[in-house]
Amino acid sequence: MSPNTALLPEQFADLEPYAAVWCLPTEGERYDRRLASTMDELQAFYDAFFPRIEEALTYCDQFPLDDMPDVAVNLMHLMYSLVIVSMPVEAWRQPHVPDAGAARLDRIVEPAP
Amino acid sequence: MAKWPKPPEGSWTEHYPYLGTGPVSFQDSISPEFYEDEREAVFKRAWLNVGRVEQLPRNGSYFTKEIAVANASIVIVRDMEGEVRAFHNICRHRGNKLVWTDFPREETSGSCRQFVCKYHGWKYDLDGALTFVQQEGEFFEFDKDDYGLVPVHCDVWAGFVFVNLDREPRQSLREFLGPMITGIEGYPFEKMTERFVVRAEVGSNWKLFMDAFQEFYHAPILHARQTPAAFSIPAAQNGFYAPHYQIDGPHGVVSTAGIRPWNLPKDMLKPMEEATRSGLFGPWDAPDVGPLPDGVNPANCDPWGLDSFQIWPNFVILIWGQNWYLTYHYWPTAHNRHTFESTLYFVPATNARERVAQEMAAVSMKEYALQDGNTLEATQSMLESGYVDSFPLNDQEVLCRNLHKVAVDWVEDYRREQGRVRA
Repeated sequence: MSPNTALLPEQFADLEPYAAVWCLPTEGERYDRRLASTMDELQAFYDAFFPRIEEALTYCDQFPLDDMPDVAVNLMHLMYSLVIVSMPVEAWRQPHVPDAGAARLDRIVEPAP
Repeated sequence: MAKWPKPPEGSWTEHYPYLGTGPVSFQDSISPEFYEDEREAVFKRAWLNVGRVEQLPRNGSYFTKEIAVANASIVIVRDMEGEVRAFHNICRHRGNKLVWTDFPREETSGSCRQFVCKYHGWKYDLDGALTFVQQEGEFFEFDKDDYGLVPVHCDVWAGFVFVNLDREPRQSLREFLGPMITGIEGYPFEKMTERFVVRAEVGSNWKLFMDAFQEFYHAPILHARQTPAAFSIPAAQNGFYAPHYQIDGPHGVVSTAGIRPWNLPKDMLKPMEEATRSGLFGPWDAPDVGPLPDGVNPANCDPWGLDSFQIWPNFVILIWGQNWYLTYHYWPTAHNRHTFESTLYFVPATNARERVAQEMAAVSMKEYALQDGNTLEATQSMLESGYVDSFPLNDQEVLCRNLHKVAVDWVEDYRREQGRVRA
């Protein structure tokens, strides 16, 4: 991938395929993507990114929250996606919350980034 | 978990003898007739929380609140002198909704110097005075002073904005809240300005969802799969005992002991909790917010989990031991439907790590709430089936017992005033 289309900082270049799917700015988009994914897809993303989360936190901590370069903001969004994907991977063993049926809980206000 | 001492009467429930200990019917949660009276008896009489002062950051800031159960739309505004006021959101000319954006039924917010009706351009100052009427000379015996916006009783406590739709409130806001609730005054709510708001339409009576979050008897069972087996199995075996309940008038509080997740063995934690140092109880690294008022953590738990202040009728302030808080609002839309809103409030994150920890707490909370909300639809439909109409409540459900009793009491008072015998 050429540098000018990269979503993530260079040191995370191997995660670009996941960034294309999971760098989503709102919780609603991330949750919908989780529900639309298979457990294999969720597991693959988790397995690729979970071991790198400390590195990602350290990278983003270099910048103030209100003045982050785009690649760092994308990395933040990728970490939020890892948070939402960790629930099915670590607890539920399925994309949906068990016994939650079609229930929805929509986030209508959230901080940025 | 240790079993905590109970009051001398032997139980929390018997400490409040008027509650009784018998089974309850939940008729108040399934009857359309009861709901119709509840609208008048409760939601047009009690003080209702509609938000916080931080939603009105400057003079001229406003937001609207749709209160379907009271058939009301209200605009709350900080006027040019800085005073928080509330008005019925209706133009005095021909009744158009005054403040809305694109979709008249949706809530909106913003900032302005005056309110201008979209229909014929009537203008109102932020203190409600009618200041401009298009072609005023065309009206008959007309005095603008007679047509100001209709005020709604409005008061602020600890930064929480309340309205009261009664013609003349029976109690001041402070009297209504009472000493147990006002005892948390001084909690640093104003430092916790980072907000996450979630909203859901729930197919149950509003009181049934309040019940779900005012007892934790269900927690080790309904939510067992959210924690590793090394945590959830002993939790279910031990059951749940709260160290403290208190009822003060229509309001209640339950306080719980906490855990120190950072001291737990790894097999009791989810890997993501360790990686983000956060979870349902909030970020592990709590911000320093200074001393807390005496009304918080009433059982002096260490570690302390949370206090859930159940403020009659439909408002909850839940203060976490990890120095953040959340609110719940349950806005009825029918006898078997309501809109649920939860707002999480944190001290603003200063770096990426703190922000990700907040995200972890917010996502964990949502996973729990989705299980709670869906379970309620199952409860509502079975209560409505009518085959069973008597349900035992245990001592850990004392606040549920109180809520339903208060609802029935308020409705019966109203029916008596109306000269109607009990239905």
